[in-house]
Amino acid sequence: MENAIISKEKLPELFTQIIAKNKLFAPVKENGFSLFKEVEKASEIDTSYVNTRVPPKSIIFKQTETLFHFTPGKKGNVEKIPEENEKIVIYAIRTCDAKAFALLDPVFIGDFEDPYYSARRRNSVLIGLSCNNPGPACFCTSFDDSPASIEYVDILFTDLGYKYYIEGNSEIGKKFLEDHKTLFDAASGEDQKSRDKVEREAIGKIKRTMKLTGIVEKLDGMFDHPIWYESARKCIGCGTCTYLCPTCHCFDMQDESTLNKGARIRVWDSCMYPEYTHHASGHNPRPARMNRVRNRVYHKFNYFPKNTEVFGCTGCSRCIEYCSANIDIIEIINKIGEVKE
Amino acid sequence: MKANPYLPSLAIIEGVKEEVEGNRAIKTFRLAFQDDKKKNFSFIPGQCVMISLFGSGECMFAISSSPTQKDYIEVSVMKHGKVTSALHKLEKGDTLGVRGPYGNNFDVEGWKKRNLIFIGGGIGQAPLRSVINYILDNREDYGNIDIIYGARTSADLCYKDEFVELEKRNDVKAHLSIDVDEEHWEKYVGFVPDNLLEVNPAPENAIAITCGPPIMIHYVIQNLLKLGFKEEQIYTTLEMRMKCGIGICGRCNIGNLYVCKDGPVFSYDQLKELQGDI
Ligand code: SF4
Ligand code: SF4
Ligand code: FES
Repeated sequence: MENAIISKEKLPELFTQIIAKNKLFAPVKENGFSLFKEVEKASEIDTSYVNTRVPPKSIIFKQTETLFHFTPGKKGNVEKIPEENEKIVIYAIRTCDAKAFALLDPVFIGDFEDPYYSARRRNSVLIGLSCNNPGPACFCTSFDDSPASIEYVDILFTDLGYKYYIEGNSEIGKKFLEDHKTLFDAASGEDQKSRDKVEREAIGKIKRTMKLTGIVEKLDGMFDHPIWYESARKCIGCGTCTYLCPTCHCFDMQDESTLNKGARIRVWDSCMYPEYTHHASGHNPRPARMNRVRNRVYHKFNYFPKNTEVFGCTGCSRCIEYCSANIDIIEIINKIGEVKE
Repeated sequence: MKANPYLPSLAIIEGVKEEVEGNRAIKTFRLAFQDDKKKNFSFIPGQCVMISLFGSGECMFAISSSPTQKDYIEVSVMKHGKVTSALHKLEKGDTLGVRGPYGNNFDVEGWKKRNLIFIGGGIGQAPLRSVINYILDNREDYGNIDIIYGARTSADLCYKDEFVELEKRNDVKAHLSIDVDEEHWEKYVGFVPDNLLEVNPAPENAIAITCGPPIMIHYVIQNLLKLGFKEEQIYTTLEMRMKCGIGICGRCNIGNLYVCKDGPVFSYDQLKELQGDI
């Protein structure tokens, strides 16, 4: 089964079926903002959102995670933790956040394999929900993606009002549709047309453009340009832009222990903090905010493309929406494009 | 599935050697893997290991012993932070975690038949000691060997008794220095880059390898260029703060390279091309 329709009344039943066999993560509202959480019943899910504040990368690459346990001290010992192998379904992920996994995969599963990330990633099915009302700063189209791209998800749902249009992408996605087919109806040509119309309208709502042509090469020659001082002047170094970015993957590792038990924990970290690169000798290669803002921009628009041939940004707009100082990465990149060489 | 790269293997401290005392103390730890499977731990000089003291944390160190020494590895640790201070309290028989080896290495294969000049400062001698001992164990494969090494005072020199042995050999020349004069010191007085000019090695068919404080490396490279060395004849190692050691946590980047994975060894012509915060 590839394309199908599900009426909204049948949706709770679909979730009940999913929950019976999987951990289901979906957007819920808490204290007025949306976030992905594990849900136990369909009624908890609330898809009336543009995007969640914290990206769903937190499901696969957890904000804090125990790597292993140990006996602390000079007669130490190591104790592995069991591998997680529960099946995960992530429902209503936006295409920008789903793409972020495609960008993170080569980082976590490359020369070395991060077993925590890779186990959850292998066990997860991504069900996308087309973004019918992109936010004011969204710019996924600048990367030739669309708010209704199917490329990075296993299954894509598109809201057509009283029903959803469903497309299966990967083998996993098609099998998933097969498994739940009693809930679906075949999609008609009309349905297909409505879906495409919804997508066109959504694209039309995206107002901002990041000009990316030639930016990798342009940045090669801009490392010492005064623009970095100017761009970083307002930055207060809060780290929000990196914590909320779906493609940021920096982490710290810390030992936590009592007298006879301990664990090595990893936690999200941010390259926007001076401590991040501070050497024990006292030297800091990125001592000023200028160095750190520059590194964030280069990482996404120069280093990432050099290492994996894609930009390390999906246009999700979180770093723009939530920056405490109104720093706007689209403006920075477009300004760089305009600098005369 | 590949092995979990974050899980350290256990190693027992077989010996601790006090190299330097004082508030910048340096100790060399000899470590033997507990698990027999790890007995064939193989590495190439220049590579590093992550050492854990459970409860205190992890630090990356250059392996300072030679891979020709199969029974153990050694790391030399300067006390200057939380983890290194805790390490300095350990004794023979204590347990550490080790993971690695990480990073690239010195091109000991490609350097065969060449004359080698090692220029080290302070604790920077640690990775050089690994190559030097490797080369001494394969002495007939290499040309002349000069070892230029200095520290602030004679008490700050690492591997002192090994230098006494080296000075007795006629197939290597050691050139020690200290920054300021002391009574009974008969060797060179002055900075390492100046001692390099004094030794005046010939660039023909030579490779120069320098490790030490960044400021020393800077002047050593300038002086090597003055002596006629080409950029691709000069090698050094870089240091960065590290956590994962495997190119994931993002912290040790210089431009698009991660020092933990793509370094720590760079030739000067590579280094010059690097654009990033060092
Ligand atoms: S850099 Fe900003 S817009 Fe791009 S993916 Fe990260 S948070 Fe989203
Ligand atoms: S969110 Fe804005 S103010 Fe905070 S660190 Fe990022 S750029 Fe700076
Ligand atoms: S130490 Fe984590 S990327 Fe190098």
